[in-house]
Amino acid sequence: MHTAYAYSVSMSIRHGLLALLERGPSHGYQLRAEFDAATGATWPLNVGQVYSTLDRLERDGLVVQDGEPDADGRIAYRITDVGQAELRGWFASPVSAKSAPRDELAIKLALAVTTPGVDVLRVVQTQRTATMTGLQELTRLKTRVHDDVELAWSLVLDSLVFRAEAEIRWLDHCEARVARAAAERRSAAAERPAPAAPPLTTGKAGRR
Amino acid sequence: MTEAVLRLSGVTREHGQGDVVVQALRGVDLAVLPGELVAVMGPSGSGKSTLLHLAGGLDRPTSGSVVVEGRDLATLTAAQVAAVRRRSVGYVFQDLNLLPSLTAVENVALPLELDGVRGGMARRAAREALDEVGVGALAGRFPDEMSGGQQQRVAIARALVGPRRLLLADEPTGALDSTTGEEVLRVLRARCEAGAAGVLVTHEARHAAWADRVVFLRDGVVVDQSGPAAAAESLLPAGGVG
Ligand SMILES: Nc1ncnc2c1ncn2[C@@H]1O[C@H](COP(=O)(O)OP(=O)(O)OP(=O)(O)O)[C@@H](O)[C@H]1O
Ligand SMILES: [Mg+2]
Repeated sequence: MHTAYAYSVSMSIRHGLLALLERGPSHGYQLRAEFDAATGATWPLNVGQVYSTLDRLERDGLVVQDGEPDADGRIAYRITDVGQAELRGWFASPVSAKSAPRDELAIKLALAVTTPGVDVLRVVQTQRTATMTGLQELTRLKTRVHDDVELAWSLVLDSLVFRAEAEIRWLDHCEARVARAAAERRSAAAERPAPAAPPLTTGKAGRR
Repeated sequence: MTEAVLRLSGVTREHGQGDVVVQALRGVDLAVLPGELVAVMGPSGSGKSTLLHLAGGLDRPTSGSVVVEGRDLATLTAAQVAAVRRRSVGYVFQDLNLLPSLTAVENVALPLELDGVRGGMARRAAREALDEVGVGALAGRFPDEMSGGQQQRVAIARALVGPRRLLLADEPTGALDSTTGEEVLRVLRARCEAGAAGVLVTHEARHAAWADRVVFLRDGVVVDQSGPAAAAESLLPAGGVG
Protein backbone atom coordinates (compact mmCIF):
# COMPACT_ATOMS: atom_id res chain seq x y z
CA MET A 1 0.00 0.00 0.00
CA HIS A 2 2.69 2.45 1.05
CA THR A 3 4.95 1.56 -1.85
CA ALA A 4 2.09 1.86 -4.33
CA TYR A 5 1.39 5.31 -2.95
CA ALA A 6 5.04 6.33 -3.17
CA TYR A 7 5.26 5.00 -6.70
CA SER A 8 2.20 6.89 -7.78
CA VAL A 9 3.43 10.13 -6.22
CA SER A 10 6.79 9.85 -7.95
CA MET A 11 5.06 9.17 -11.28
CA SER A 12 3.03 12.35 -10.86
CA ILE A 13 6.12 14.39 -10.07
CA ARG A 14 7.76 13.04 -13.22
CA HIS A 15 4.81 14.06 -15.35
CA GLY A 16 4.45 17.35 -13.52
CA LEU A 17 8.04 18.30 -14.31
CA LEU A 18 7.58 17.25 -17.93
CA ALA A 19 4.50 19.47 -18.14
CA LEU A 20 6.49 22.44 -16.81
CA LEU A 21 9.35 21.78 -19.23
CA GLU A 22 6.83 21.73 -22.08
CA ARG A 23 6.65 25.52 -21.62
CA GLY A 24 10.39 25.86 -22.21
CA PRO A 25 13.78 24.85 -20.76
CA SER A 26 14.20 25.42 -17.06
CA HIS A 27 16.42 24.44 -14.15
CA GLY A 28 15.65 22.70 -10.89
CA TYR A 29 15.05 25.69 -8.61
CA GLN A 30 12.78 27.32 -11.13
CA LEU A 31 10.87 24.05 -11.71
CA ARG A 32 10.27 23.65 -8.02
CA ALA A 33 8.87 27.18 -7.73
CA GLU A 34 6.69 26.70 -10.80
CA PHE A 35 5.39 23.34 -9.57
CA ASP A 36 4.33 24.92 -6.27
CA ALA A 37 2.76 27.82 -8.12
CA ALA A 38 0.86 25.58 -10.54
CA THR A 39 -0.47 23.22 -7.88
CA GLY A 40 -1.07 25.83 -5.20
CA ALA A 41 1.53 24.12 -3.00
CA THR A 42 -0.78 21.13 -2.48
CA TRP A 43 2.30 19.02 -2.85
CA PRO A 44 5.38 20.92 -1.81
CA LEU A 45 8.51 19.45 -3.41
CA ASN A 46 12.03 19.78 -2.11
CA VAL A 47 14.83 20.55 -4.46
CA GLY A 48 16.40 17.14 -3.87
CA GLN A 49 13.23 15.43 -5.18
CA VAL A 50 13.30 17.68 -8.21
CA TYR A 51 16.90 16.90 -9.08
CA SER A 52 16.61 13.17 -8.49
CA THR A 53 13.51 13.11 -10.68
CA LEU A 54 15.31 15.09 -13.39
CA ASP A 55 18.18 12.56 -13.23
CA ARG A 56 15.76 9.71 -13.81
CA LEU A 57 13.98 11.58 -16.60
CA GLU A 58 17.35 12.17 -18.25
CA ARG A 59 18.33 8.52 -17.82
CA ASP A 60 15.07 7.50 -19.52
CA GLY A 61 15.62 9.94 -22.38
CA LEU A 62 12.59 12.12 -21.56
CA VAL A 63 14.68 15.27 -20.96
CA VAL A 64 18.19 16.40 -21.91
CA GLN A 65 20.50 19.04 -20.48
CA ASP A 66 20.05 22.33 -22.29
CA GLY A 67 23.48 23.88 -22.91
CA GLU A 68 26.22 24.52 -20.34
CA PRO A 69 25.68 25.28 -16.65
CA ASP A 70 25.10 28.99 -15.95
CA ALA A 71 27.39 31.25 -13.86
CA ASP A 72 25.94 29.77 -10.65
CA GLY A 73 26.52 26.24 -11.91
CA ARG A 74 22.82 25.53 -12.50
CA ILE A 75 21.88 23.18 -15.32
CA ALA A 76 18.78 23.80 -17.42
CA TYR A 77 16.81 20.87 -18.85
CA ARG A 78 14.76 20.59 -22.01
CA ILE A 79 11.99 18.10 -22.87
CA THR A 80 12.68 15.60 -25.69
CA ASP A 81 10.28 14.23 -28.30
CA VAL A 82 10.00 11.06 -26.24
CA GLY A 83 9.22 13.20 -23.20
CA GLN A 84 6.50 15.04 -25.09
CA ALA A 85 4.93 11.75 -26.16
CA GLU A 86 4.98 10.55 -22.54
CA LEU A 87 3.32 13.80 -21.41
CA ARG A 88 0.60 13.59 -24.03
CA GLY A 89 -0.11 10.04 -22.91
CA TRP A 90 -0.46 11.19 -19.30
CA PHE A 91 -2.96 13.93 -20.14
CA ALA A 92 -4.91 11.57 -22.39
CA SER A 93 -5.41 8.89 -19.73
CA PRO A 94 -7.77 9.11 -16.76
CA VAL A 95 -6.55 8.81 -13.19
CA SER A 96 -7.50 5.38 -11.88
CA ALA A 97 -9.77 5.17 -8.86
CA LYS A 98 -7.39 2.52 -7.56
CA SER A 99 -4.27 4.68 -7.68
CA ALA A 100 -3.59 5.86 -4.16
CA PRO A 101 -3.33 9.65 -4.31
CA ARG A 102 -6.47 11.00 -5.88
CA ASP A 103 -4.78 14.37 -5.69
CA GLU A 104 -2.98 13.31 -8.84
CA LEU A 105 -6.14 14.41 -10.60
CA ALA A 106 -6.07 17.87 -9.04
CA ILE A 107 -2.44 18.19 -9.99
CA LYS A 108 -3.01 16.94 -13.50
CA LEU A 109 -5.72 19.53 -14.09
CA ALA A 110 -3.73 22.33 -12.49
CA LEU A 111 -0.90 21.54 -14.88
CA ALA A 112 -3.19 21.01 -17.84
CA VAL A 113 -4.49 24.58 -17.63
CA THR A 114 -0.95 25.98 -17.64
CA THR A 115 0.67 23.70 -20.20
CA PRO A 116 0.57 24.95 -23.79
CA GLY A 117 -1.26 22.85 -26.33
CA VAL A 118 -3.24 20.74 -23.85
CA ASP A 119 -6.97 20.46 -24.50
CA VAL A 120 -8.13 20.87 -20.90
CA LEU A 121 -11.77 20.14 -21.70
CA ARG A 122 -10.71 16.85 -23.28
CA VAL A 123 -8.71 15.96 -20.16
CA VAL A 124 -11.78 16.74 -18.03
CA GLN A 125 -14.11 14.73 -20.26
CA THR A 126 -11.80 11.71 -20.37
CA GLN A 127 -11.73 11.67 -16.58
CA ARG A 128 -15.47 12.22 -16.29
CA THR A 129 -16.24 9.29 -18.58
CA ALA A 130 -13.87 7.03 -16.65
CA THR A 131 -15.26 8.10 -13.26
CA MET A 132 -18.83 7.70 -14.54
CA THR A 133 -18.08 4.20 -15.79
CA GLY A 134 -16.76 3.34 -12.32
CA LEU A 135 -19.85 4.89 -10.74
CA GLN A 136 -22.09 2.77 -12.97
CA GLU A 137 -20.23 -0.36 -11.88
CA LEU A 138 -20.69 0.57 -8.22
CA THR A 139 -24.38 1.19 -8.81
CA ARG A 140 -24.79 -2.21 -10.43
CA LEU A 141 -23.10 -3.80 -7.43
CA LYS A 142 -25.48 -1.93 -5.15
CA THR A 143 -28.57 -3.23 -6.90
CA ARG A 144 -27.44 -6.76 -6.08
CA VAL A 145 -27.00 -6.05 -2.37
CA HIS A 146 -29.93 -6.66 -0.05
CA ASP A 147 -30.02 -3.85 2.46
CA ASP A 148 -31.52 -5.97 5.23
CA VAL A 149 -28.75 -8.57 5.30
CA GLU A 150 -25.82 -6.59 4.00
CA LEU A 151 -26.43 -3.09 5.27
CA ALA A 152 -22.80 -2.51 6.20
CA TRP A 153 -21.54 -3.45 2.76
CA SER A 154 -24.24 -1.37 1.17
CA LEU A 155 -23.18 1.69 3.16
CA VAL A 156 -19.56 1.20 2.15
CA LEU A 157 -20.67 1.10 -1.48
CA ASP A 158 -22.64 4.29 -0.87
CA SER A 159 -19.54 6.05 0.38
CA LEU A 160 -17.70 5.12 -2.82
CA VAL A 161 -20.70 6.26 -4.84
CA PHE A 162 -20.80 9.67 -3.13
CA ARG A 163 -17.05 10.08 -3.58
CA ALA A 164 -17.25 9.37 -7.31
CA GLU A 165 -20.18 11.76 -7.57
CA ALA A 166 -18.22 14.50 -5.80
CA GLU A 167 -15.39 14.01 -8.25
CA ILE A 168 -17.74 14.38 -11.21
CA ARG A 169 -19.27 17.53 -9.73
CA TRP A 170 -15.83 18.95 -9.22
CA LEU A 171 -14.96 18.13 -12.85
CA ASP A 172 -18.14 19.92 -14.00
CA HIS A 173 -17.09 22.88 -11.91
CA CYS A 174 -13.55 22.88 -13.40
CA GLU A 175 -14.98 22.70 -16.88
CA ALA A 176 -17.27 25.67 -16.29
CA ARG A 177 -14.40 27.71 -14.85
CA VAL A 178 -12.05 26.86 -17.71
CA ALA A 179 -14.73 27.75 -20.26
CA ARG A 180 -15.42 31.06 -18.53
CA ALA A 181 -11.73 31.91 -18.30
CA ALA A 182 -11.35 31.17 -22.02
CA ALA A 183 -14.31 33.42 -22.83
CA GLU A 184 -12.79 36.22 -20.74
CA ARG A 185 -9.46 35.82 -22.50
CA ARG A 186 -11.19 36.01 -25.85
CA SER A 187 -13.04 39.20 -25.01
CA ALA A 188 -9.90 40.75 -23.48
CA ALA A 189 -7.96 39.83 -26.62
CA ALA A 190 -10.65 41.46 -28.74
CA GLU A 191 -10.16 44.72 -26.80
CA ARG A 192 -6.36 44.70 -26.69
CA PRO A 193 -4.49 44.05 -29.96
CA ALA A 194 -1.46 42.34 -28.30
CA PRO A 195 -2.56 40.14 -25.42
CA ALA A 196 -0.02 39.33 -22.73
CA ALA A 197 0.68 35.66 -21.98
CA PRO A 198 -1.77 34.33 -19.38
CA PRO A 199 -0.25 34.29 -15.89
CA LEU A 200 0.34 31.03 -14.07
CA THR A 201 -2.73 29.85 -12.25
CA THR A 202 -1.90 30.10 -8.59
CA GLY A 203 -5.42 30.48 -7.22
CA LYS A 204 -7.91 27.88 -6.15
CA ALA A 205 -8.94 27.01 -9.71
CA GLY A 206 -7.81 23.42 -9.66
CA ARG A 207 -8.28 22.51 -6.06
CA ARG A 208 -10.97 20.93 -4.04
CA MET B 1 -30.86 -7.63 -34.44
CA THR B 2 -33.25 -5.91 -32.01
CA GLU B 3 -34.92 -2.84 -33.34
CA ALA B 4 -34.38 0.36 -31.39
CA VAL B 5 -37.49 1.78 -29.70
CA LEU B 6 -36.09 5.26 -30.25
CA ARG B 7 -33.69 6.31 -32.96
CA LEU B 8 -32.48 9.87 -33.55
CA SER B 9 -30.37 10.27 -36.70
CA GLY B 10 -28.50 13.46 -37.52
CA VAL B 11 -30.95 15.48 -35.47
CA THR B 12 -30.54 19.25 -35.51
CA ARG B 13 -32.88 21.74 -33.85
CA GLU B 14 -32.56 25.46 -34.34
CA HIS B 15 -34.58 28.08 -32.51
CA GLY B 16 -35.08 31.60 -33.87
CA GLN B 17 -33.85 32.99 -37.17
CA GLY B 18 -31.01 34.97 -38.75
CA ASP B 19 -28.53 36.50 -36.29
CA VAL B 20 -30.28 35.22 -33.19
CA VAL B 21 -30.50 31.58 -34.25
CA VAL B 22 -29.75 29.17 -31.40
CA GLN B 23 -28.59 25.69 -32.33
CA ALA B 24 -30.03 23.68 -29.47
CA LEU B 25 -28.96 20.36 -31.05
CA ARG B 26 -26.39 19.79 -33.76
CA GLY B 27 -26.28 16.42 -35.54
CA VAL B 28 -27.25 14.12 -32.69
CA ASP B 29 -27.40 10.35 -33.25
CA LEU B 30 -28.89 8.23 -30.51
CA ALA B 31 -30.50 4.81 -30.46
CA VAL B 32 -32.17 3.27 -27.43
CA LEU B 33 -32.97 -0.44 -27.50
CA PRO B 34 -35.74 -2.25 -25.61
CA GLY B 35 -34.50 -2.99 -22.11
CA GLU B 36 -32.02 -0.15 -22.18
CA LEU B 37 -31.89 2.91 -19.92
CA VAL B 38 -29.80 5.79 -21.25
CA ALA B 39 -28.95 8.84 -19.15
CA VAL B 40 -28.26 12.24 -20.68
CA MET B 41 -26.04 14.66 -18.79
CA GLY B 42 -24.83 18.12 -19.69
CA PRO B 43 -24.69 21.68 -18.44
CA SER B 44 -27.75 23.91 -18.42
CA GLY B 45 -28.64 24.91 -21.97
CA SER B 46 -26.78 22.02 -23.58
CA GLY B 47 -29.95 20.73 -25.25
CA LYS B 48 -31.17 17.95 -22.92
CA SER B 49 -34.82 19.00 -22.76
CA THR B 50 -34.81 19.75 -26.48
CA LEU B 51 -33.64 16.21 -27.14
CA LEU B 52 -36.37 14.76 -24.97
CA HIS B 53 -39.08 16.94 -26.54
CA LEU B 54 -38.05 15.71 -29.99
CA ALA B 55 -37.95 12.08 -28.85
CA GLY B 56 -41.44 12.43 -27.39
CA GLY B 57 -42.91 14.04 -30.51
CA LEU B 58 -43.57 17.31 -28.69
CA ASP B 59 -41.32 19.19 -31.09
CA ARG B 60 -39.96 18.59 -34.59
CA PRO B 61 -36.32 18.64 -35.67
CA THR B 62 -35.01 21.28 -38.09
CA SER B 63 -33.27 18.40 -39.88
CA GLY B 64 -32.63 14.72 -39.25
CA SER B 65 -35.13 12.07 -38.25
CA VAL B 66 -36.83 10.82 -35.10
CA VAL B 67 -38.10 7.25 -35.29
CA VAL B 68 -40.23 5.79 -32.48
CA GLU B 69 -41.02 2.07 -32.68
CA GLY B 70 -40.14 2.04 -36.36
CA ARG B 71 -42.30 5.04 -37.29
CA ASP B 72 -40.60 8.19 -38.57
CA LEU B 73 -42.51 10.95 -36.76
CA ALA B 74 -42.00 13.34 -39.70
CA THR B 75 -44.19 11.12 -41.89
CA LEU B 76 -47.11 11.16 -39.44
CA THR B 77 -49.97 13.62 -39.13
CA ALA B 78 -50.31 15.65 -35.94
CA ALA B 79 -53.11 13.32 -34.81
CA GLN B 80 -50.99 10.24 -35.45
CA VAL B 81 -48.08 11.73 -33.49
CA ALA B 82 -50.47 12.47 -30.64
CA ALA B 83 -51.58 8.83 -30.68
CA VAL B 84 -47.97 7.61 -30.55
CA ARG B 85 -47.42 9.96 -27.62
CA ARG B 86 -50.40 8.62 -25.70
CA ARG B 87 -49.81 4.93 -26.40
CA SER B 88 -46.06 4.50 -26.57
CA VAL B 89 -44.46 7.35 -24.71
CA GLY B 90 -44.41 8.05 -20.98
CA TYR B 91 -43.13 11.54 -20.28
CA VAL B 92 -42.03 13.14 -17.02
CA PHE B 93 -41.70 16.87 -17.66
CA GLN B 94 -39.05 19.04 -16.05
CA ASP B 95 -41.86 21.23 -14.66
CA LEU B 96 -44.18 18.29 -13.79
CA ASN B 97 -47.29 19.61 -15.58
CA LEU B 98 -49.81 18.08 -13.20
CA LEU B 99 -53.31 19.46 -13.69
CA PRO B 100 -54.18 21.36 -10.51
CA SER B 101 -57.91 20.65 -10.73
CA LEU B 102 -57.45 16.85 -10.77
CA THR B 103 -56.49 14.57 -7.90
CA ALA B 104 -53.35 12.45 -8.05
CA VAL B 105 -55.19 9.37 -9.27
CA GLU B 106 -57.15 11.41 -11.84
CA ASN B 107 -53.94 12.97 -13.15
CA VAL B 108 -52.38 9.55 -13.57
CA ALA B 109 -55.49 8.00 -15.15
CA LEU B 110 -55.93 10.86 -17.63
CA PRO B 111 -53.64 9.63 -20.44
CA LEU B 112 -55.33 6.21 -20.34
CA GLU B 113 -58.80 7.73 -20.43
CA LEU B 114 -57.81 9.99 -23.32
CA ASP B 115 -56.78 6.85 -25.09
CA GLY B 116 -60.19 5.28 -24.60
CA VAL B 117 -59.55 3.06 -21.57
CA ARG B 118 -62.71 2.84 -19.44
CA GLY B 119 -62.82 4.91 -16.24
CA GLY B 120 -62.69 2.07 -13.70
CA MET B 121 -59.87 0.27 -15.45
CA ALA B 122 -57.90 3.47 -15.92
CA ARG B 123 -58.23 4.24 -12.21
CA ARG B 124 -57.12 0.78 -11.16
CA ALA B 125 -54.03 1.06 -13.34
CA ALA B 126 -53.42 4.56 -11.98
CA ARG B 127 -53.56 3.32 -8.38
CA GLU B 128 -51.07 0.58 -9.17
CA ALA B 129 -48.68 3.09 -10.72
CA LEU B 130 -49.02 5.36 -7.67
CA ASP B 131 -48.28 2.39 -5.40
CA GLU B 132 -45.24 1.56 -7.45
CA VAL B 133 -43.64 4.92 -6.68
CA GLY B 134 -44.79 4.91 -3.04
CA VAL B 135 -47.58 7.50 -3.06
CA GLY B 136 -50.63 5.21 -3.29
CA ALA B 137 -51.94 6.71 -0.04
CA LEU B 138 -52.16 10.15 -1.64
CA ALA B 139 -54.38 9.10 -4.56
CA GLY B 140 -57.21 11.45 -3.55
CA ARG B 141 -55.13 14.57 -2.98
CA PHE B 142 -54.83 17.55 -5.31
CA PRO B 143 -51.36 18.66 -6.44
CA ASP B 144 -51.32 21.72 -4.15
CA GLU B 145 -51.99 19.43 -1.17
CA MET B 146 -48.76 17.52 -1.76
CA SER B 147 -45.07 18.28 -1.26
CA GLY B 148 -42.84 18.87 -4.27
CA GLY B 149 -41.35 15.40 -4.00
CA GLN B 150 -44.81 13.79 -3.74
CA GLN B 151 -46.00 15.69 -6.82
CA GLN B 152 -42.92 14.53 -8.61
CA ARG B 153 -43.73 10.92 -7.86
CA VAL B 154 -47.29 11.40 -9.13
CA ALA B 155 -45.83 12.81 -12.37
CA ILE B 156 -43.66 9.72 -12.62
CA ALA B 157 -46.62 7.42 -12.01
CA ARG B 158 -48.44 9.19 -14.85
CA ALA B 159 -45.52 8.44 -17.18
CA LEU B 160 -45.37 4.79 -16.11
CA VAL B 161 -49.06 3.98 -16.32
CA GLY B 162 -50.17 1.63 -19.09
CA PRO B 163 -47.93 -0.32 -21.43
CA ARG B 164 -45.47 2.43 -22.37
CA ARG B 165 -42.57 1.30 -24.50
CA LEU B 166 -40.59 4.53 -24.31
CA LEU B 167 -40.07 6.35 -21.02
CA LEU B 168 -38.69 9.88 -21.18
CA ALA B 169 -37.89 11.59 -17.89
CA ASP B 170 -36.57 15.14 -17.56
CA GLU B 171 -34.98 15.61 -14.12
CA PRO B 172 -37.46 13.23 -12.45
CA THR B 173 -35.52 13.22 -9.19
CA GLY B 174 -35.14 16.99 -8.88
CA ALA B 175 -37.29 17.50 -5.78
CA LEU B 176 -36.59 14.13 -4.14
CA ASP B 177 -34.26 13.32 -1.26
CA SER B 178 -31.54 10.79 -1.95
CA THR B 179 -33.35 7.63 -0.83
CA THR B 180 -36.65 8.57 -2.49
CA GLY B 181 -34.76 9.51 -5.66
CA GLU B 182 -33.16 6.10 -5.59
CA GLU B 183 -36.54 4.37 -5.21
CA VAL B 184 -37.79 6.17 -8.30
CA LEU B 185 -34.71 5.09 -10.24
CA ARG B 186 -35.25 1.51 -9.15
CA VAL B 187 -38.76 1.68 -10.58
CA LEU B 188 -37.54 3.22 -13.83
CA ARG B 189 -34.75 0.65 -14.07
CA ALA B 190 -37.20 -2.21 -13.43
CA ARG B 191 -39.51 -0.95 -16.19
CA CYS B 192 -36.60 -0.93 -18.60
CA GLU B 193 -35.52 -4.39 -17.54
CA ALA B 194 -39.07 -5.50 -18.28
CA GLY B 195 -38.57 -4.35 -21.87
CA ALA B 196 -39.17 -0.60 -22.10
CA ALA B 197 -36.58 1.82 -23.45
CA GLY B 198 -35.78 4.77 -21.19
CA VAL B 199 -34.07 8.13 -21.50
CA LEU B 200 -33.30 9.92 -18.26
CA VAL B 201 -32.09 13.53 -18.12
CA THR B 202 -30.36 14.36 -14.88
CA HIS B 203 -27.77 16.66 -13.32
CA GLU B 204 -26.91 14.06 -10.70
CA ALA B 205 -24.12 11.69 -11.58
CA ARG B 206 -25.31 9.31 -8.86
CA HIS B 207 -28.67 8.99 -10.60
CA ALA B 208 -27.24 8.82 -14.12
CA ALA B 209 -25.19 5.87 -12.92
CA TRP B 210 -28.36 3.74 -12.86
CA ALA B 211 -28.33 3.83 -16.65
CA ASP B 212 -26.68 1.32 -18.94
CA ARG B 213 -25.15 4.18 -20.85
CA VAL B 214 -24.50 7.82 -20.07
CA VAL B 215 -24.43 10.29 -22.95
CA PHE B 216 -22.68 13.63 -22.41
CA LEU B 217 -24.17 16.60 -24.26
CA ARG B 218 -22.23 19.81 -24.72
CA ASP B 219 -23.61 22.74 -26.72
CA GLY B 220 -26.00 20.47 -28.59
CA VAL B 221 -23.40 17.84 -29.48
CA VAL B 222 -22.84 14.38 -27.98
CA VAL B 223 -19.21 14.62 -26.86
CA ASP B 224 -18.79 11.28 -25.13
CA GLN B 225 -20.52 8.20 -23.71
CA SER B 226 -19.70 6.06 -20.72
CA GLY B 227 -20.57 2.61 -19.50
CA PRO B 228 -19.91 -0.92 -20.62
CA ALA B 229 -22.86 -0.75 -23.00
CA ALA B 230 -21.48 2.38 -24.68
CA ALA B 231 -19.30 0.53 -27.14
CA ALA B 232 -21.02 -1.68 -29.69
CA GLU B 233 -24.38 -0.20 -30.61
CA SER B 234 -23.45 3.46 -30.35
CA LEU B 235 -20.44 3.10 -32.63
CA LEU B 236 -22.51 1.72 -35.48
CA PRO B 237 -23.56 4.32 -38.02
CA ALA B 238 -27.17 5.44 -37.76
CA GLY B 239 -29.42 3.07 -39.63
CA GLY B 240 -26.88 0.26 -39.38
CA VAL B 241 -29.07 -1.64 -36.96
CA GLY B 242 -32.70 -2.68 -36.96
N1 LIG C 1 -38.38 27.90 -27.63
C1 LIG C 1 -37.09 28.30 -27.64
N2 LIG C 1 -36.72 29.43 -28.29
C2 LIG C 1 -35.44 29.84 -28.34
N3 LIG C 1 -34.43 29.17 -27.76
C3 LIG C 1 -34.73 28.03 -27.11
C4 LIG C 1 -36.07 27.55 -27.01
N4 LIG C 1 -36.04 26.39 -26.28
C5 LIG C 1 -34.74 26.19 -25.96
N5 LIG C 1 -33.96 27.15 -26.45
C6 LIG C 1 -32.49 27.25 -26.31
O1 LIG C 1 -31.93 26.01 -26.71
C7 LIG C 1 -30.85 25.65 -25.88
C8 LIG C 1 -31.09 24.30 -25.25
O2 LIG C 1 -32.17 24.37 -24.33
P1 LIG C 1 -32.67 23.15 -23.45
O3 LIG C 1 -33.91 23.54 -22.75
O4 LIG C 1 -32.73 21.93 -24.31
O5 LIG C 1 -31.47 23.01 -22.42
P2 LIG C 1 -31.29 21.96 -21.19
O6 LIG C 1 -30.03 21.22 -21.46
O7 LIG C 1 -32.53 21.20 -20.97
O8 LIG C 1 -31.03 22.97 -19.96
P3 LIG C 1 -31.49 22.84 -18.39
O9 LIG C 1 -30.49 21.94 -17.74
O10 LIG C 1 -31.33 24.25 -17.91
O11 LIG C 1 -32.89 22.34 -18.34
C9 LIG C 1 -30.71 26.78 -24.87
O12 LIG C 1 -29.70 27.66 -25.33
C10 LIG C 1 -32.06 27.42 -24.88
O13 LIG C 1 -31.96 28.79 -24.54
MG1 LIG D 1 -33.96 21.14 -19.42
